[in-house]
Amino acid sequence: MKITRKEVEHVAKLARLALREEEVERLTRQLSDILTYVEKLNELDTRDVEPTSHVLPVRNVLREDEVCGSIDRGKALVNAPDRTEEFFRVPRVIE
Amino acid sequence: MEEELELYRKTIHELHGLFKKREITSREITGSVFERINEVDTRVRAYLCLTGEKAFAQADRADQIIRDSRSDVSPITGIPIAIKDLICTKGVRTTCASHILHNFTSPYNATVIDRLESAGYVHPGMTNMDEFAMGSSTENSSYQVTRNPWDTDRVPGGSSGGSTAAVAADECIAALGSDTGGSIRQPAALCGVVGLKPTYGRVSRYGLIAFASSLDQIGPITKDVTDCAILLKAISGHDPKDSTSVGLPVPDYTKVLGREIKGLRLGIPREYFISGIDPSVEGCVKEAVRVLEGLGAKTVEISLPHTEYAIATYYIIATAEASSNLARYDGIKYGYRTKDADDLIGMYMKTRDEGFGPEVKRRIMLGTYVLSAGYYDAYYKKAQQVRTLIKGDFERAFQEVDAILTPTSPTPAFRVGEKTADPLQMYLSDIFTISVNLAGIPGISIPCGFTGDGLPVGLQILGRHFDEERILQVAYAYEQTTEWRKRRPEIEVRN
Repeated sequence: MKITRKEVEHVAKLARLALREEEVERLTRQLSDILTYVEKLNELDTRDVEPTSHVLPVRNVLREDEVCGSIDRGKALVNAPDRTEEFFRVPRVIE
Repeated sequence: MEEELELYRKTIHELHGLFKKREITSREITGSVFERINEVDTRVRAYLCLTGEKAFAQADRADQIIRDSRSDVSPITGIPIAIKDLICTKGVRTTCASHILHNFTSPYNATVIDRLESAGYVHPGMTNMDEFAMGSSTENSSYQVTRNPWDTDRVPGGSSGGSTAAVAADECIAALGSDTGGSIRQPAALCGVVGLKPTYGRVSRYGLIAFASSLDQIGPITKDVTDCAILLKAISGHDPKDSTSVGLPVPDYTKVLGREIKGLRLGIPREYFISGIDPSVEGCVKEAVRVLEGLGAKTVEISLPHTEYAIATYYIIATAEASSNLARYDGIKYGYRTKDADDLIGMYMKTRDEGFGPEVKRRIMLGTYVLSAGYYDAYYKKAQQVRTLIKGDFERAFQEVDAILTPTSPTPAFRVGEKTADPLQMYLSDIFTISVNLAGIPGISIPCGFTGDGLPVGLQILGRHFDEERILQVAYAYEQTTEWRKRRPEIEVRN
């Protein structure tokens, strides 16, 4: 299937990627090739086939609700690109 | 004999024997491994980061444990094991070979690292990989290209190419990798080492930076099958922190080694001997089949009819899961943030565009597209249904046979740059490994010969869910009948 330039720009927005002009062009071509290839799956009749999302018969796994430690605030903040006191700092969201 | 002095060449089990006799120390081994790294890694470039200080401190601790003959001496106490750069290691930079995690120092250990630590391992460093494990040549690393020790103009395979090259070049004694579509087995084949992808759920994924959560598994990369059995046992087992890990007991995998394979039924899938397979790869694998027949195994031709749909299925499911997993890289909690943004959304978008490499962006885009409104049923649901058919192929086959034999990769190592222009061509190099992840079964790749150009070829052995013992038994029987493991690459160091 051919994907259009407009669709690529829309998907980039959904994926939160600010693609540059040449990236949009390259991806329009490459994604079209890949989507054409995966159309191969339409050769198969899967009307009555259950989808597999997980290969093992594992269902809800429950545990006791016990209080235990987690990474403390100082350590959790160490890797932040920008922080202030005990917070992550982000660009202004409310005008 | 000079050979005897080269500690870095030895295996886990040989070194463990020397420890027990008090003939060597872990400090000596660790020193030997670092000397080897200094000697060859300027050319091989297997490591992204070396952790010498940590390694020697661990080595000294291991030596103390061994000197005191404490009950916690394990088969891997004092052994340098290299770690793929996507397994979180406390206090060590863990980057997934991505610019977006260039400065991420993990505040916690993955469960496999906790297990190795309590077993007394030594951590020489983090190995190179394709960015976020997306690739088949390790060329997608944001940092460097790793070279195949057998021919440094060629790729080591991927995505765990740093780990397999480090093992092949004796820059560590063993390594951990991860395998989502062949990322342990394919580079193990191309580098002439042993690599095993465990059954999905056998090894905890806690602390493994996620690519495609329903397919990812961590596994061992080693110089021989015995070491593979030892390292697999060390990392396996249930983990309350990973609800997809399974509570089945972990056997001593070394116990099955040496058990004869007479009478075992081994399946040869006709779909895996296709046109396009390199003739010398096909020749080596067919010869390996004859060797196993010579040991009394009975080979049976089988059919896995949905094999040709595996790559299409995989590239929908894996990219869909990746697009969701990689949504967390937003420039806020850790990692790279763009210098140039006025508002929050703009910050997200530029951070991600500047932080991710081309293959990762391509897969995020594909995954986002197949999950987007209006396309979900046509792509994602369809792929999950075909996944059921692929899994069914293996279930039927394993009613007839005990294990399945295939080539690991259709070609030996290709040249650096040869396949980077066309993503689909690169995806096709995983044609024999991908179905295994979709079905969740275990698979091992072991060396089974060399091409005329001296490049290693891998034999893949597949087993039933949680039947790692069977594939190790067959792999060991083959390995002990042949001499391939004794060949080592001559590394041409030029700067």
